[in-house]
Amino acid sequence: MVSVSMTVNGKAVTKDVEPRTLLVDFLRQHLSLTGTHVGCDTSQCGACVVHIDGKSVKACTALAMQCDGVEVTTIEGLANGGDLHPMQAAFREHHALQCGFCTPGMIMSAVDLLENNADPSEKEIREWLEGNICRCTGYHNIVKAIKACAQDMRG
Amino acid sequence: MAENGIGAPVRRKEDKRFITGAGRYTDDINRHGQAYAYFVRSPFPHATLNGIDKAVAEAAPGVLAVITGDDVAEAGWGGLICGWMVHNKDGSEMKAGSHPVLAQGKVRYVGDHVACVVAETYAQAKDAAELVEVDYGPLVACTSTADADKDGQPQVHDDVPNNTVYNWELGDQAAIDEAIASAAHVTKVDLINNRVVPNAMEPRAACGEYDPAQDSFTLYTTSQNPHVARLVMSAFIQIAPEHKLRVIAPDVGGGFGSKIYIYSEECICLMAAKKIGRPVKWTGDRSEAFLSDAHGRDHVTHAELAMDADGNFTALKVHTKANMGGYLSLFASCVPTYLYATLLAGQYRTPQIYCAVDAVFTNTVPVDAYRGAGRPEATYLLETIIDQAADELGRDPADLRRQNFIKPEQFPYDTPVALTYDTGDFHAVLDKALEVSDYSGFAARRAASEAKGKLRGVGFSCYIEACGIAPSAVVGSLGAGVGLWESAKIRFSHTGMCQVLTGAHSHGQGHETVFAQLIAEKLGVPIENVEVIHGDTEKTPVGMGTYGSRSLAVGGQAISNAADKIIEKGKKIAAHLLEASEADIEFKDGNFTVAGTDKSKALGEVIFEAYVPHNIPQGLVEPGMEEGAFYDPANFTYPSGTYICEVEVDPDTGVVTIDRLVAVDDFGVIVNPMIVEGQVHGGLAQGIGQALTENCVYDSAGQLLSASYMDYCMPKADDLPNFEVATTKTVCTHNALGVKGCGEAGAIGSPPAVMNAVADAIGTRISMPATAEKVWRALQANKTSQAAE
Repeated sequence: MVSVSMTVNGKAVTKDVEPRTLLVDFLRQHLSLTGTHVGCDTSQCGACVVHIDGKSVKACTALAMQCDGVEVTTIEGLANGGDLHPMQAAFREHHALQCGFCTPGMIMSAVDLLENNADPSEKEIREWLEGNICRCTGYHNIVKAIKACAQDMRG
Repeated sequence: MAENGIGAPVRRKEDKRFITGAGRYTDDINRHGQAYAYFVRSPFPHATLNGIDKAVAEAAPGVLAVITGDDVAEAGWGGLICGWMVHNKDGSEMKAGSHPVLAQGKVRYVGDHVACVVAETYAQAKDAAELVEVDYGPLVACTSTADADKDGQPQVHDDVPNNTVYNWELGDQAAIDEAIASAAHVTKVDLINNRVVPNAMEPRAACGEYDPAQDSFTLYTTSQNPHVARLVMSAFIQIAPEHKLRVIAPDVGGGFGSKIYIYSEECICLMAAKKIGRPVKWTGDRSEAFLSDAHGRDHVTHAELAMDADGNFTALKVHTKANMGGYLSLFASCVPTYLYATLLAGQYRTPQIYCAVDAVFTNTVPVDAYRGAGRPEATYLLETIIDQAADELGRDPADLRRQNFIKPEQFPYDTPVALTYDTGDFHAVLDKALEVSDYSGFAARRAASEAKGKLRGVGFSCYIEACGIAPSAVVGSLGAGVGLWESAKIRFSHTGMCQVLTGAHSHGQGHETVFAQLIAEKLGVPIENVEVIHGDTEKTPVGMGTYGSRSLAVGGQAISNAADKIIEKGKKIAAHLLEASEADIEFKDGNFTVAGTDKSKALGEVIFEAYVPHNIPQGLVEPGMEEGAFYDPANFTYPSGTYICEVEVDPDTGVVTIDRLVAVDDFGVIVNPMIVEGQVHGGLAQGIGQALTENCVYDSAGQLLSASYMDYCMPKADDLPNFEVATTKTVCTHNALGVKGCGEAGAIGSPPAVMNAVADAIGTRISMPATAEKVWRALQANKTSQAAE
């Protein structure tokens, strides 16, 4: 067992974990933050995307002990109290989710896209989403939501 | 229209929890004292199972139990079942083979369930699974759909000669042969409908629990139909009597058919829970999903379409071999028969149709219904052969289709393949699709593509599907083991809050919103005061679940009927309160009014009176306000549509780019257009995936080569275009809501539209998926043959 400390959604946490524990399992099993999902075992589906120090990372591809000392934001920590993050609101407004399983990863990934590119073209959005698979929506409304959110956030 | 009622694009009630990470899927549920299961799966496609030594695994750290087929046999359990009897041409029954919950004596595909290790942690269970020593006797595998029933092939089940589950037919073969022999023109095609994997993003999972005090079980599972799961587990597998087995399907992350069926893993979690006296959870990983979720499609077909000298279709003859995989899954037998051959009339007046289907076992994952189930296969065949016929006759593909359409005035229309289409207007749908896609501008766009060295093609697909599964008497006469009605209950509280309990199950379809809209429309209750409850056999009335685009057309109509009973009862109470005759009470927008007066009582007041009946005379009505309904439809519903796809192909690389995909559908009355568009988008993506990227590949030895997202190409955002979606409307005539269903349309209509466009662009018909390599090779072959000429 190794001791791992990090800040998750603004709270400091310390847990003893097996060295092989993945960040996603640390979040889901040890912290009961089950909004971060696991949809594959080859780091392709992106259902597990969280932010580590502000950048989107697939939580199935990092060991918890690699993340010692970092700040993690999960889907549970994205809203500001009762106020949804604009990306969350845009996903609802534009029906960018159906079963909801890929949604947390999609939203976390999309938020990072807009951090890097405040005004992405449709092509840039579609290319950015290379690492996130959705089986329900055909991506049409996800792209629409991200575009609309970018516009709203630019004001 | 009531506020947020039928027709309003209401934003979804369920979204709040999903966008904040508060959804509650099966693997999110952790029960006190829970242990973890991991399955030992066969690495061989076909082998005798000579023995299992579990001693080393049992002694491994944290291991609580190792369960094998012997434990299942000892418990006296039955096997997994196929719930649909199909008969052979000679009237004899199909041969279903055995389907043990854990393998007995033999394994029949890579991934077949051999043993289950239960341990304190998932990692310990997975580690110990490696220590289970299984003595396999490898056998040669049978993998080819086309060849499985030929002499000399390995036998998958000893009691199923020539791997043939059934030889089934529909129609009069002699009459068809005569019609073909006398035809002016006959178009022939040989087609493969490629095997695909449903790939709901949430892998299957289950958590079993046993309560010794009550001698009862609870199962949390990723199911599209928890009551069906309970029925099968109870009546057939005999895990426990139905009242001692509670099945809960909480939030489920997509299904597409693959979560209809009852699988070994969830059964074994229940056995393990009882054995160790603790809850046991299993969560599949993606590789396990590829190896054990029921796959879809996998047909090999030869078909002939006969026409007269004017291009009128006179006969269609079809012979299909359908791969069932290693075992017969729950509804596998009906997919290539009653959900396939019955759709071969499509939108056309073809007077004679004959279809023969041979279903075969192979050493591959079982195949069952996947989004569309039989109807995509029928549509792909029909829309390909018609396109080919148009090519051969030098006819415009839209015109040839239009000429043969069933005409609007011919409804209701009896097809030669056992269905009666109640309504439709195929001409109107085609016209709209031509307009939206700017078909008249295609020639100019093709010229523009050619000018930049690209090839452009356009493809059509005009589909019809039978949805709203299904009239119980009809499916019963065809071999179904169950009735396919749906149930609903509407329960008001003292304060007028409304619970809707439904036997349907939402795994992305948005029932919590759409069913609340029905209540808003029928009863004038604000949707925020409506809670839709589903997915728990202990809470909801017995229901048949969600598949076959049935939730609204069957389940929604049950809700609507229950609402009518609420109104009926409310009228009696209102009449008393308003001192009027019941016959004079009208109900509208949530108010009971005496006709022609301004005297009225709100629904809320009437409900309160029903619960506090201080002033209700004895015998007028029972107290309370709760009504239920079971609805069995009179017919299938028949959504139809025309899809037009334009592709651009880069001849240097073979890469196919979809320039536009127009989907015009007739879904009848639409309750929430936003949700309907979303359903179409998702279906289109899955259909395009099958046409361009997805392929489930076994090598000749029986190993699954495409068992991860590294190898199985799921469509990504940059593989797909923006879709252009529109609707026309003819109202379903046999349900009061007038609805038809929309869940599968996109996946049914799109593959032939895409493939016909590819064929138009490159001048050759190739098989799905039209990968860059396959397209490039076809173009090189064309060049070679042109050079030879």
